[in-house]
Amino acid sequence: MSGMANTLPIEITVNGRRRALRVAVHHTLLDVLRDDLRLTGTKECCLVGECGACTVMVDGRIVDSCLMLAVEADGAEILTVEGLAENGRLSPLQQAFLDKGAVQCGFCTPGQLMASHALLEANPNPSLDDIQEGLAGNLCRCGCYVQITDAVLSVAEGGHR
Amino acid sequence: MQTFVYERPATLAEAVALLDAHGPNARLLAGGTDLIIRLRDGSARPGVVIDVKRIAELHPAIREDDGIVTIGATAVVADIAASEPVRRHFEALADAAAVVGSVQIRNRATIGGNICNASPAADTAPSLLVYGAVVVAAGPKGTRRIPIDDFFVRSGVTTLGPSELVVAIEILVPARSTGAVHMRRTRRRGHDLASVTLCCSVDDTGVTRLAYGSVGPRPVLVTDETGVLADPGAPDEAKAAIFERMFAEASPSKRSMRAGPEYRLAMLRVLGNRAVRAAIGRLEAKGRVEA
Repeated sequence: MSGMANTLPIEITVNGRRRALRVAVHHTLLDVLRDDLRLTGTKECCLVGECGACTVMVDGRIVDSCLMLAVEADGAEILTVEGLAENGRLSPLQQAFLDKGAVQCGFCTPGQLMASHALLEANPNPSLDDIQEGLAGNLCRCGCYVQITDAVLSVAEGGHR
Repeated sequence: MQTFVYERPATLAEAVALLDAHGPNARLLAGGTDLIIRLRDGSARPGVVIDVKRIAELHPAIREDDGIVTIGATAVVADIAASEPVRRHFEALADAAAVVGSVQIRNRATIGGNICNASPAADTAPSLLVYGAVVVAAGPKGTRRIPIDDFFVRSGVTTLGPSELVVAIEILVPARSTGAVHMRRTRRRGHDLASVTLCCSVDDTGVTRLAYGSVGPRPVLVTDETGVLADPGAPDEAKAAIFERMFAEASPSKRSMRAGPEYRLAMLRVLGNRAVRAAIGRLEAKGRVEA
């Protein structure tokens, strides 16, 4: 077996589109999204599940895609940052990140958006504490935490900040 | 990451047969939040990875029948934190599940993985010890039940046999009215491994159970039946003497990065005091509801 990649077929739905792929069993979902599907919005960073840059939604829940094998996603529905905009228009959450200056270098932004999107789906009216807990798995080395929480609050139900 | 053979058994019998056939060359994959890191850094190099998440017998994840709550091994900690029967009967386990890692980690990490890694800092371990949980394990000779206090050996080592896997955790709903709480110290708010973990329960007969972790090779369970800790009016000196006896087994590593041994031992006493007060508060709150 040495030198021969061990592969398996999988079927996943990514941002609404069904994809049948053959993936290496030791490749993560992150590897397959970026390298096989060329969806490079999802970022590779710490690779130990601490920074959240690789956050995507799998069957409605956010996960670190660096800690999940692509074969484990077989049959799953996946949403990446590329799936947030509709018909070329940014989602209100994405627009709020721009308006509030929540993006500096931008590397953590896709993960922050996915975690915020999941938080708002589960809790449309989060408190500041809820946002801090919901985003605790997403690090921003530029330190835009205040602007990020402002952006999330501004699109929360009844949020006017 | 080095490649491997990926197996995804659909039944418990298939999983046991795979473990039996491959022995130490196989590793079980549940949530993957520990194993995938180890596969990537090369500290685990199995020839076969057995994904247990689609085994029929491990579903449904959490159920309650006849005074026993059964949590399937692959139940993720986010679901345990949100589970109605867990929150109702085992509030300290719900507390603990809610602080594991981050949302992303809690959506993947399983209770079976948490106890099988047997990290001394495992968040779910102290509450499972306090509630007297039983680990249901399946192997080539059938199923057996292991009291959780007989399960942990040291970091990464349990009393599971080489071809056994955890199927579920069973917890008996306490017969007595009980208040319990889980507490931890971390270096930062949010996502961190604990420097000290502690769970305390107090029941209406005055029995106090404490379990603590991250201060030795495995989490430790101790009981105070004198009623002193459970008595809010007992003098502090009397309580301190009991805590000293209960914490005698704590032996924190001098080499850990997260906190020095002096800090951990000091915080164990702080958490002990806080947790006893909080557990009594929860017990009294239940009394008011029932009265």
